[in-house]
Amino acid sequence: MSRRQVHLGAHFPGVNATTVWRDPRAGSQVDFSSFTHLARTAERGLMDFFFLAEGLRLREQRGRIYDLDVVGRPDTLTVLGSLAAVTTHLGLAGTINATFNEPYELARQFASLDHLSGGRAAWNVVTSSDAFTGENFRRGGYLAHSERYARAREVVDVAREFWDSWSGDALVADPGRGVFAAGAGIGTVEHTGPQFDVRAPGLLPRSPQGHPVLFQAGDSDEGREFGATYADAIFTMHGSLEAGRRFTADLRARAVRAGRSGEDLKILPGATFVLGDTPEQARERAYEIRLQQVGPEQAVAFLEQVWGRDLSGLDPDGPLPDVDPDPASTISQGRVKHAKDPVAVARGYRELAQANGWSARELVIEVSGRQQFVGTPEQVAQEMDDYVQADACDGFILVPSLTPTGLDEFVDRVVPLLQERGSYRTAYSGTTLRDHLGLRHPHQHAAHRATA
Amino acid sequence: MSPSTRPTLLRLGVELDGAGRHPAAWRLPGARPAELFTAAHWRRLAATADAADLDLLVVPDSHRLASEREADQRGRLDAVAVAAHLAPLTARTGLVPAVPVTHTEPFHTSKAIATLDFTSLGRAGWQVEVATTAEEADAFGRKGVQAGGELWREAAETVDVVRRLWDSWEDDAVVRDVATGRYVDRGKLHHVDFRGEHFSVKGPSITPRPPQGQPPVVVPVRDEASLAVAAAHADVARVQAPDEASAAERARQLRAAAGRDLLVLLDVEVLLRPDAAAALETAAHLDELSPGHPPRCLRHLGTPDSLAQALAQLPDGLDGAVLAPLDLPATLDLLATDVVPLLRARGLRPPAPPAGAAGTLRGRFGLPRPTSRYARPVAGGTR
Repeated sequence: MSRRQVHLGAHFPGVNATTVWRDPRAGSQVDFSSFTHLARTAERGLMDFFFLAEGLRLREQRGRIYDLDVVGRPDTLTVLGSLAAVTTHLGLAGTINATFNEPYELARQFASLDHLSGGRAAWNVVTSSDAFTGENFRRGGYLAHSERYARAREVVDVAREFWDSWSGDALVADPGRGVFAAGAGIGTVEHTGPQFDVRAPGLLPRSPQGHPVLFQAGDSDEGREFGATYADAIFTMHGSLEAGRRFTADLRARAVRAGRSGEDLKILPGATFVLGDTPEQARERAYEIRLQQVGPEQAVAFLEQVWGRDLSGLDPDGPLPDVDPDPASTISQGRVKHAKDPVAVARGYRELAQANGWSARELVIEVSGRQQFVGTPEQVAQEMDDYVQADACDGFILVPSLTPTGLDEFVDRVVPLLQERGSYRTAYSGTTLRDHLGLRHPHQHAAHRATA
Repeated sequence: MSPSTRPTLLRLGVELDGAGRHPAAWRLPGARPAELFTAAHWRRLAATADAADLDLLVVPDSHRLASEREADQRGRLDAVAVAAHLAPLTARTGLVPAVPVTHTEPFHTSKAIATLDFTSLGRAGWQVEVATTAEEADAFGRKGVQAGGELWREAAETVDVVRRLWDSWEDDAVVRDVATGRYVDRGKLHHVDFRGEHFSVKGPSITPRPPQGQPPVVVPVRDEASLAVAAAHADVARVQAPDEASAAERARQLRAAAGRDLLVLLDVEVLLRPDAAAALETAAHLDELSPGHPPRCLRHLGTPDSLAQALAQLPDGLDGAVLAPLDLPATLDLLATDVVPLLRARGLRPPAPPAGAAGTLRGRFGLPRPTSRYARPVAGGTR
């Protein structure tokens, strides 16, 4: 089959502004039934994986808990562990912060999930340097910004030592010979480095995937280098098709420089979508969703994040603020910064608003998180397929706007069209997430050598 | 000893560990040792416990390899991961993973158990453990070995802060008020601002208040230091003692120290066979295969009938038992098929519940659902 295959993941709608909680159909953000529904829908749609993000401190703005978006979420690993019991093939991917955990426990938790799910675990490695989040942890916020990727590398290095610590045949379990686990097959991890000083025997037999699939998200040069060197999949942001091709080519080239194959890396941008029976209907629905996502209060709050100033007096239906942003502001805590150069961003917003006659809220609706794929199922299927065939990415992590039914229509209407195009599986051909993504097993080479 | 006429139901839990608590149990027929790290193994055990309507399924945990002998079972899945997997597959039994608190983050423990409570629909509990060895300290590499007293003082702080984090969201914090654009009423979210001897935690939790409000906290009582923690913080205490009488005395001390009532369960290692001689033979065989594993608590080797009798005669002050089968699944199967019906016949266990009947673990124990400690008594206010 020469046609490139589209890989899809399903992102649980979380605490970001894309999640529409105002809709009467919006369900619980914590009840397990919501997670079950979305995961089973993704599995019905033969998707590669379910994806759950993580937060470790409630966001604050102007010194108060931010209350305009969804607030609160369950523990990532526990939800994935429970979902493993109600799904059979779906990969289970979750973000876990490497700053506030130790490699030993992360390795064991992900190996446990991989064992119990039959090889479906994936870890999106992120690090955090902010002392704000650190206040919830006994180890505090000690990590310097510049050390984030050094820590990520060392965490993964040590975790991989633990995952490799039992040889492939260490678990003997032969009552006749009276050997449960061969002593020679259980290595001791000994690691001394800038971040960790660890010594322990491996605690678990190798899990079905050998190593859980590793995701990386983070677009800085350092982040890309880490991703190209360590990750199996890159959770990126979606741009134009041309931007996607440049990004994908860059990551694959970096992977090759790191001694890997470019195809060892799956590039998966997050993607929002809106479907309609006609292009016009899709556009109308998209705008209605934007109105729900950006209420008057959310519009002002968004501008406060960019401006770094208290804008509580601003009329969302009037013009943008006259004052310039405060680039040194810490008004918003616990979220990734919107703008690296807020003064320039504000200037651009003003020009846009003036040229189009937009109010503050209309401007925010246009510039923040517009849906990426808007159209009929045919249009969306074709556009997504075009991205993959042009190697602008390997597929998408779909971010529905509605919990928990936001994926239903996509699975019912777009997936069959992708299948018709020959770009999407019609049945799972493997059982592990590595199988679904077409990734090699990390111990494959060693195993071949051993039997050669 | 006179036959007991216990007025109340007997609380009954099991602690399930691999092929059983005995390190050689994997060698017995029926153990399926190659499957011990699979979901299928745990699903079978949990289905048995759930169908028998047991009160608790405790999943033990530690950060140690347990044994250096090739002949012994070793290696262990993360207990929270096991409990999470079993949550959607069970409907009745409370799921109680052990979480060693010495080297982990209280914030993580809090949200993990809260989330297990969501995915099990209110059947989560938490057993507090401490990590005493250099082996475990070296696996984390963050601090050295601590003395027992300090370990349990730190554990007490962990229970305290975990409970505060569970309360840090009031039950009605999520308002979804379309008119004002507010998803939560932030007046009902509370910084816990915990500052202890060992750590500080700001809060609030990232996870909303769990279905039970406060999932039951189980504390093993092994010494004076752990007894103090159980007295201060436990909903359920597991008492280890060499015999029933000293266990009852321990329960009395515990309640006196606590100044309140709490459930006290006796730890019993069990190995059952249809006839007593076979049980004794099997236990002796296990000790031959892997010597040097004396009982960690009371041990009952016998038949379903002898165990049911022993349980029926538990002295006052002990509300029931947590049974740790030395071998699996054989002993657990006999518990389900024989011991539970025998106890039912004596009126010591509730009748078999109708299929689909579900309740919370607190409800099962007759514990009321507490309101958040941070909730204002006046309802309806918005700050």
